Amino acid sequence: MNSHTENDPCCGGQSRRSFLKRSTATAAILAAPPVLVRAAEKKLDEQGAEYFEKLPLKIEVNGKPFSLSVEPRVTLLDLLREQLHLTGTKKGCDYGQCGACTVHVDGQRVLSCLSLAGMQDGKKITTIEGLASGDDLHPLQEAFIRHDGFQCGYCTPGQIMSAVACIKEGHAGSDAEIREYMSGNICRCGAYPNIVDAIREVAQKGGVK
Amino acid sequence: MDNFFDLNIPFAEIDRVDGKAKVTGKADYVAEHDLPNLTYGVLVGSTIANGTVTAIDTKSAERAPGVLAVITHLNAPKVPGYEEGENPAKGRTGGGGLKIFNDNRIRFNGQPIALVVADTFERATYAASLIKAQYNKEAPHTSLADAIKNDKPIEGDNYKEAVRGEKDAWKTAPVKVEGTYIMPIQVHNPMELHATIARWDGDDKVTVWEKTQGVVSTQQSIANAFKLEQKNVQVYAPYVGGGFGSALRTWPHAIAAVMAAKKLGRPVKLVLTRPQMFMLVGYRPEAIQHISIGATPDGKIVGMRHDAYAVTSNYENFNEGLVAQTKQLYACANLATKYNIYPMNLSTPTWMRGPGEATGSFPLECALDELSYALNLDPIELRKRNYAETDPENGKPYSSKFLREAYDLGAEKFGWKGRKPQPRSMEEDGWLVGYGMSSGMFGAFRGEGRVRLKFSGDGMLTIQSAVSDSGPGTATAMTRIASDAMGLPVNKVNFELGNSAFPPGPTQGGSSTTSTLGTTVSMACDSLKKKLVELLKTQESEIALADVQFAQGEMRLKNGKSISYTDALKAANLPSIELTESSGRNPEMQKYSAYSYSVHFVRVKVHPLTGVVRIDKVVSAGDAGRIISEKTAASQMKGGAVGGIGGALMEEGVIDHRYGRWVNNNFADYHVPVHADVPDVEVVFVNKPDPVLNPNGSKGMGEIALIGFAAAVANAVYHATGKRIRELPITPDKVLL
Repeated sequence: MNSHTENDPCCGGQSRRSFLKRSTATAAILAAPPVLVRAAEKKLDEQGAEYFEKLPLKIEVNGKPFSLSVEPRVTLLDLLREQLHLTGTKKGCDYGQCGACTVHVDGQRVLSCLSLAGMQDGKKITTIEGLASGDDLHPLQEAFIRHDGFQCGYCTPGQIMSAVACIKEGHAGSDAEIREYMSGNICRCGAYPNIVDAIREVAQKGGVK
Repeated sequence: MDNFFDLNIPFAEIDRVDGKAKVTGKADYVAEHDLPNLTYGVLVGSTIANGTVTAIDTKSAERAPGVLAVITHLNAPKVPGYEEGENPAKGRTGGGGLKIFNDNRIRFNGQPIALVVADTFERATYAASLIKAQYNKEAPHTSLADAIKNDKPIEGDNYKEAVRGEKDAWKTAPVKVEGTYIMPIQVHNPMELHATIARWDGDDKVTVWEKTQGVVSTQQSIANAFKLEQKNVQVYAPYVGGGFGSALRTWPHAIAAVMAAKKLGRPVKLVLTRPQMFMLVGYRPEAIQHISIGATPDGKIVGMRHDAYAVTSNYENFNEGLVAQTKQLYACANLATKYNIYPMNLSTPTWMRGPGEATGSFPLECALDELSYALNLDPIELRKRNYAETDPENGKPYSSKFLREAYDLGAEKFGWKGRKPQPRSMEEDGWLVGYGMSSGMFGAFRGEGRVRLKFSGDGMLTIQSAVSDSGPGTATAMTRIASDAMGLPVNKVNFELGNSAFPPGPTQGGSSTTSTLGTTVSMACDSLKKKLVELLKTQESEIALADVQFAQGEMRLKNGKSISYTDALKAANLPSIELTESSGRNPEMQKYSAYSYSVHFVRVKVHPLTGVVRIDKVVSAGDAGRIISEKTAASQMKGGAVGGIGGALMEEGVIDHRYGRWVNNNFADYHVPVHADVPDVEVVFVNKPDPVLNPNGSKGMGEIALIGFAAAVANAVYHATGKRIRELPITPDKVLL
């Protein structure tokens, strides 16, 4: 079973070509025009698929415009991490259960693992990398450091992106309210008390950009 | 050993040194390293728990777009280390255990049967869904309760009954309590998914980015598995997104990634899914425990018996100290313990925060609480009446023990005095209120560490060690120690870790990193001081090290002169001073027993109609020696309390024993504490140095933060309701029924 993959790493092309060849044989060129078969032989179909199987996508990420071409099944999270190399947004579950992938889409907090990239056309995305202005940290980033609102740091970008939105939404009026509206962001190191301290402090100072 | 500075001076508080990287998204965890030609691996798990694979159809997957390879037991390249006996990568963090893709035997549900590698993550994930396997199914064995009834536990020295004094003394004591306690499987679930990136650099060299708590142990495991020279395995783990024990060993998926990268001649990134995190990187084993305690009417424990039964896999014996705390925590002349494990169709468990003791402390500390009610004694007073002044197992003195102080400090901070002794006697806003406490202990260790130190002409002190940090703040603590020792500002100290090319550091486990590596760093700073003083000798004659004060980046001499370290370098025409230092176990410790201690106080509110339990207030008091970094230490204790809340109220790995299959292997169904479950947690440290264990006076803290916590909650629920719940987690159904 191996020789196949070793000789021809591009199995997809093989698959499409085999199909087309089969259809020529069985259906006596009923459907497939010779030009298509030749295209398949030359692996041009793979390039065609590349064109037809991808969606054009124009988005703005952290103020920077991107003109992209993505497969329909690519999530916003994987687009950010694997294609744009913005790895500050984290994958903790890929099921919308942990909040580590929280980003802002047009100013709203959104779970990027549950958002298909192709549906974000024309939208403005903000990730943790876009929160500070140069060396000037966002007040919540500073407060997280001051209050030690993390240990391993993996959930932290999601916590901070959620916290920025939590305050902006007007859901940081009391500790209980902060806890309720931050409950979509799991921290397994257990930094919750410190995170609440950080959010309360920034909310009280009204220091959200 | 010399003490390098006055142990009674507390360290100043500092912010976490990697804080900025972590809040800006710049901290790069394993899966975030981009390499040219990177490919993506996705594992396919078995859908049965016991049996053999009879056929596996990989054709559709192989033909799917972008697929580069499908590896199964039928075509997997040989792992040379698998040929040698049972456990090719030895050592407690070795890569032994399941030999991935080595045969067609299925030992647990979700066992990897194939690895699909493709040019994108999406294509690999889709192709993985096309793999079809046929099995010869056998009946799965995953129920511990059934195993205890029907099977014999594994035999061996670890599982023999241990007796101290008279075995049955508890039976004839005037006051007795007895109970059977159940703790389900709990799963570490660090937020970062376990991941490996492997890249071969020629035939005999490999570079691996790995989520690991042990950089050197991972290097050794991979070298052993692939029969490479250890130095030819380069491991990087600059940031580790949590571990709690799950990253203490090199798991089979890492071997699979290295194997695939070799086969393809391209780097492979393999990231586990969250459901795979429940099945492939260990868990805290389910345990059923029976405990009996006998005491005199004035509260002196006469005898105890503790029988523990836990699960392991059917290809590896996993042992931990379930009965260790029972042997240690109280002065008790007569004791019998027996630890039993049963092989199951489960993957191998592994150490999870507070390993063994966290499980064993649940029955012990609940039984102490029950005894306090039987005796009509305050639970803290009962514990003090049985305080172990010396090690009850061997009579050795403790290197330090401030548990009594921890009881008092915690009780004071918590307001324990406000507790009415009677159960179900306190109420607030229609909720029943309960106060509970418990204590925990864990061995205080110091192992071997090595660092490289460089002090440069620009005044920067760089220290390197191949250790990793899964979150407690290793670099922060080491920076704190070096900055204090050298009288340098924190921003002039740079501690680098997570790279196997650095001198070998310890594995971050067993609450020992700060004790071990803090010693090495202190000694390295001492060597640097000696070298700096030597530089002065060209200018000043006869200077003794003891006569020089190191402060604010300069050496201050008795004659009133001072010279900065950088000027001393310049005067000697040296660009920098470099040295390596190593430290090991302290031979002096053979005379002592060493433990860290915690006392947890919990106030719960129980809703009488719905059985909902809310944790209202938590105080954790710790005797962890001298505290090196107060802010990160407090965070670690708070984190232990949060983990404890999870274990007490919600965490439960559920397996459908009919199929041996996980029911709740995701965060929607396996509940962990979220913000709304956690009140403010207050932490108080005795903060007194241990004078023997290491020159910094520190003891470990990671484990005691959690050990005993579940019992404190169960005890508070009893106080609130009058109902003794002996099975975790304490969910509303158990409170009501």
